Amino acid sequence: METATMTPSPTTPTHAVSMDARSAPASAPAADAPPLIEIGGFSFWYGPKQALFDIDLRIRERAVTAFIGPSGCGKSTLLRCLNRMNDLIDGVRVEGSVRVQGQDLYGPDVDVVDVRKRLGMVFQKSNPFPKSIFENVVYGLRLQGVKNKGVLRDACEKALRGSALWDEVKDRIEESALSLSGGQMQRLCIARALAVEPEVVLMDEPCSALDPIATAKIEELIFQLKERFTIVIVTHNMQQAARVSDETGFFMLGKLIEFDKTDVIFTRPKQKMTEDYITGRFG
Amino acid sequence: MRRRGGDDGGLELGTSAVAVLVVALVAAIGLELLHGSRLSIAKFGWSFWTGRDWDPVSGEFGALPFIWGTFYSSLLALLVAAPVGVGIAVFTTDVVPPRFRRPLAFLAELLAAVPSIVYGLWGIFVLVPVVRGLETVVSRTPLRKLPLFSGPPYGLGMLSAGLILALMVIPYVSSVSREVLQAVPVAQREAAYALGATRWEAIRAALHYGRTGILGAVFLGFGRAFGETMAVTMVIGNNPQLSASLFAPQYSMAAVIANEFSEATGDLYLHALTEIGLVLFVITLLVNAASRLLIWSVQRGPGRVSDGVPAPETIPPARAGEAA
Ligand SMILES: Nc1ncnc2c1ncn2[C@@H]1O[C@H](COP(=O)(O)OP(=O)(O)OP(=O)(O)O)[C@@H](O)[C@H]1O
Ligand SMILES: [Mg+2]
Repeated sequence: METATMTPSPTTPTHAVSMDARSAPASAPAADAPPLIEIGGFSFWYGPKQALFDIDLRIRERAVTAFIGPSGCGKSTLLRCLNRMNDLIDGVRVEGSVRVQGQDLYGPDVDVVDVRKRLGMVFQKSNPFPKSIFENVVYGLRLQGVKNKGVLRDACEKALRGSALWDEVKDRIEESALSLSGGQMQRLCIARALAVEPEVVLMDEPCSALDPIATAKIEELIFQLKERFTIVIVTHNMQQAARVSDETGFFMLGKLIEFDKTDVIFTRPKQKMTEDYITGRFG
Repeated sequence: MRRRGGDDGGLELGTSAVAVLVVALVAAIGLELLHGSRLSIAKFGWSFWTGRDWDPVSGEFGALPFIWGTFYSSLLALLVAAPVGVGIAVFTTDVVPPRFRRPLAFLAELLAAVPSIVYGLWGIFVLVPVVRGLETVVSRTPLRKLPLFSGPPYGLGMLSAGLILALMVIPYVSSVSREVLQAVPVAQREAAYALGATRWEAIRAALHYGRTGILGAVFLGFGRAFGETMAVTMVIGNNPQLSASLFAPQYSMAAVIANEFSEATGDLYLHALTEIGLVLFVITLLVNAASRLLIWSVQRGPGRVSDGVPAPETIPPARAGEAA
């Protein structure tokens, strides 16, 4: 097992032995292709507080993987570990590995900036820059040094089409992004993530601030996007997880309780806790 | 419940009364200045603003050299203080490890607590000789042909005044910029990072988000530099002339009032000085109001806050509002 330490912590927390998570088969079942992302023995600490316990999980390419679980169980934490956004927080520490196409993201020679280009992220609250729609979409490309106007325009159109926003904004891409509606802003943020052509799109409750119609649009979008991208989505909405995802992981208190095909999780979960959660008996 | 309601009502009344009082006070000061300068206003009218002669003996008063000196020295100060102040703000919010941030910011702000006269003394004993040395070097090069570097190197003059003002204004610019940067939602920096930004690019995104507030911070520094008296009086050279040269001894509005008020003989002379005070008062008020508006606009967040752009946490009003 690989160990990557970002900030050495004086108190090494004892490795809690995870119970149910170990006994349950935590790998993706019957995947023909090798997984794109392979999380192995992954634990995570915020300072002295352990937030993730020994997670093993495989994420298939061009599929939608959903993380569900009660609030505070570590879904966002795990998601943010997949593109090393948690590096930005002081005093965090990881153990274990996250391999993307075999390469450990927490290995010694990893370029974090490059990791974030390959694994794009969409946040819970849309966070457009106070710039024009166009400049928002091409921001990542500009960071990469693309200057050619034509190239940027094409990429902008492609990304906006990809996020099903093009028809609504094509006549006003020079207008401020802040003039869009909430749902449009979130799709803009998706377009912005798509524009840099990532391999994976990580979404943290992307619809939680949206109304049902905007939510339906984004769900439809996710469905289309999985033809080109691998998607990992955190959601509190069981129906949403059931509708959009191919595989689902159920987390509790920082542990992966069960991971399986979505229909299995929702119709015949192996763990009692999973069943209780999805039937709404707690959480 | 009722009692609490009553208390709140009392509090509201009290605070409104204080607010009205403050406005009334400002208005009263303005009127008083207006009254105290009526002779000069009557005699010179607008030509007071454009007149270049300041000759108490022959009763000729023009304020242009002082207005010029004040603007010149303040702009010069900002040219230095804006990048340095914003730099300190960036450094103490994004660059330095978190546990050093507060102490460092505190140290920078401590500069604001040093009395003006101490800056003046330091200016005379340390800064002026250094500046004189610098000016001497420059005036031996062909650069001296430029209006900016013309004239003999006294040391006392515009450059010294600008630099000492810069030093005094930096803590204001940095502390307000720091508040602005802290008010930028984390989500903005995260958005940049998630698209492959380096730390500097993420800082740029944050600066862009808070740009109006940063501009406000700079304006606030400008307002501050504008009214600064003591230290400037000690190093600017106190010579009312319109000169583009950094080396030339010049004068400022606040400095001339401080120097000449107590020995002003004759009503017109007094009224002319008071009118300079009035001009200073009006301009400072405008600059401060403008800066405050800019800072507020960031704290409220740009555009449609309700639609997903998280409003920056409300931050305490910048305490750098007072201009002398
Ligand atoms: N920056 C942080 N510093 C310290 N602890 C944190 C931090 N962020 C999250 N935590 C803690 O880590 C645990 C997991 O948090 P996380 O945000 O991953 O939960 P979540 O499953 O996404 O919850 P939610 O559904 O409410 O978004 C929680 O106990 C939380 O308090
Ligand atoms: Mg979360």
